[in-house]
Amino acid sequence: MTVDALKVTAIVFVAVVLQSSIVSTIEVRGGTPDLVLVTLVAIALLRGAIWGAAAGFAAGLLLDTASLARLGETSLLLTVAGYWIGRYGETTGRDRTHAPVLSVAVVTVLYAVGALALHVMLGDPVDAGTVLVGALIPGIVLNLLLTFPVYALVRRIIGRPEWSAQEVRLLG
Amino acid sequence: MVGILALLSLALLSVYFRESDSGPLHGAQDAGATVMRPFQVGAERVARPFRDLYGWFDGLVGAKEENERLREELARAQQQAIANLNAAQENRDLREALDYQDLPGLGDYRRVNTRVVAQQAPQFSKQIVISAGSSAGIKLHAPVLSAGALVGEVTKVTPDTALVTLLTDESSAVTAYTIRKGALGIVESGEGGSLVLDNVPKDKDVTRGDLVATAGTGVERLPSLFPRGIPIGTVTSASQTDTEPFKQIQIASMVDLSNLDVVTVLVR
Repeated sequence: MTVDALKVTAIVFVAVVLQSSIVSTIEVRGGTPDLVLVTLVAIALLRGAIWGAAAGFAAGLLLDTASLARLGETSLLLTVAGYWIGRYGETTGRDRTHAPVLSVAVVTVLYAVGALALHVMLGDPVDAGTVLVGALIPGIVLNLLLTFPVYALVRRIIGRPEWSAQEVRLLG
Repeated sequence: MVGILALLSLALLSVYFRESDSGPLHGAQDAGATVMRPFQVGAERVARPFRDLYGWFDGLVGAKEENERLREELARAQQQAIANLNAAQENRDLREALDYQDLPGLGDYRRVNTRVVAQQAPQFSKQIVISAGSSAGIKLHAPVLSAGALVGEVTKVTPDTALVTLLTDESSAVTAYTIRKGALGIVESGEGGSLVLDNVPKDKDVTRGDLVATAGTGVERLPSLFPRGIPIGTVTSASQTDTEPFKQIQIASMVDLSNLDVVTVLVR
C-alpha cells in the first residue's frame, strides 16, 4: 500500500512537471495534449475510484501550484474525473482492452466542459468556441496518441489492478 | 473520501479567490512553486534539444521562399536604416535645441532576462510562468518582451517566479499606435489567438504592413504601464464597413507567442 502510494505520487509529480514545462507548449491545430489527464485515467483504471480521486486531487493541486493558477480549480475537476474513471474501471470497464481509449476520449470532453463551466462561473473571459470546437477535437486526438504508451508505462510501474489478481486466485 | 476531497478543492478555490496576494494560500503556493521550479527548469532543458531539432526540420519546410522574402525585406530595411539614422540625428539635435522633456522610454528601464518554466492550459488562458520574481526586482504589471517585441505583462509575482499574461489572453489590452500615421487604438486578443487593433476611427489611414507599437501615455493621473515605442507587431489586414464604428485591423505579433523560451522583463 505504502509502496503503491509512493509510486503513484512519483508518477503524478513527473506528469505534472512534464505537463507544465513541456507538454503544454505543444500546440497542434489549436489543441494541446493533457499528459496529467491521461496519466490520471491510467491510475484510476488500474487502482480504482479512491486512488483515482486522490491522485486527481494531488495532480490538480500540484498543477495549480506549478503554473501559479488558482488553487483548487484543477484539483476539483481532476478529483471528479479520477473518481468517475475509477468507478468505470471497477465496474463496466473492468478488464476491457478498449477501456483506456474510451475513458480518455470521454473524460477529455467532460473535462473541457467542466473547466469551461468553472471558468465562466468564476468570471473569466473564456471563448467557448475555442474550448469546445477549436481545441477539443485536436486535444482528443493528441490525448489518444498518448494513451497507449502512458497506460503501458503506468501499468508497468504500479502493476495490474488488484481485482484482476483476486479473480485469478478465485478461479484457480 | 471523494466528497471530502471535492469539498476541500471547493474550499481552497473559494478562499484563494477571496484572499489577497499576501494571504496564506498564496504564500503556500509561492513556496510550492519555488520548490517545483528546479524540476521544471530541468525538464525544459532536457526537452530543449528535441524541440530545437523539431524546429530545425519544421523550418526547412518553405525555407527557400522565406529566404527570398527575407532578402527582399533586408534590402528594404537597409534603405530604411540609413534614412532612420539621419532622422534620429535630426531628432536628437531638435530635442536638445528645444530642451524637450519626454515620457519614460526603454532606456529608463533595467532588463531582466529570464526563462519560461511553465505554461497554463492555452485554451483557457494565455499565461506563462517565468523563473524570476520579486527577488530579481520584477514588479506587478511590468512589461515583458521577447526579441524586442512586447509579449505581455506581469500579473502575479512570487519571490522566485512570476506569472505573465500574454497579449493573446482575453483579459489583455494595450494602448498602441501605428508608427507610420499615428493611428491610436487598443491591441486586444482576437479570434483563435490572433491580435486586433481596436477602436481606430475609420478616418485614420492604416494599411497592411504598418508597424504597431505601444502608445504610452503622458497623463500623470493615469500613467501607462508600458513605455512608448515597444514594437508589438505589423498590420496584416485593415478593413471597414458602414455598420461598424471602427476599423477592423488584424495584426501579427513579431514573435511566436505560443512558443516562448526566453523573455525580458523591464523593471525600473
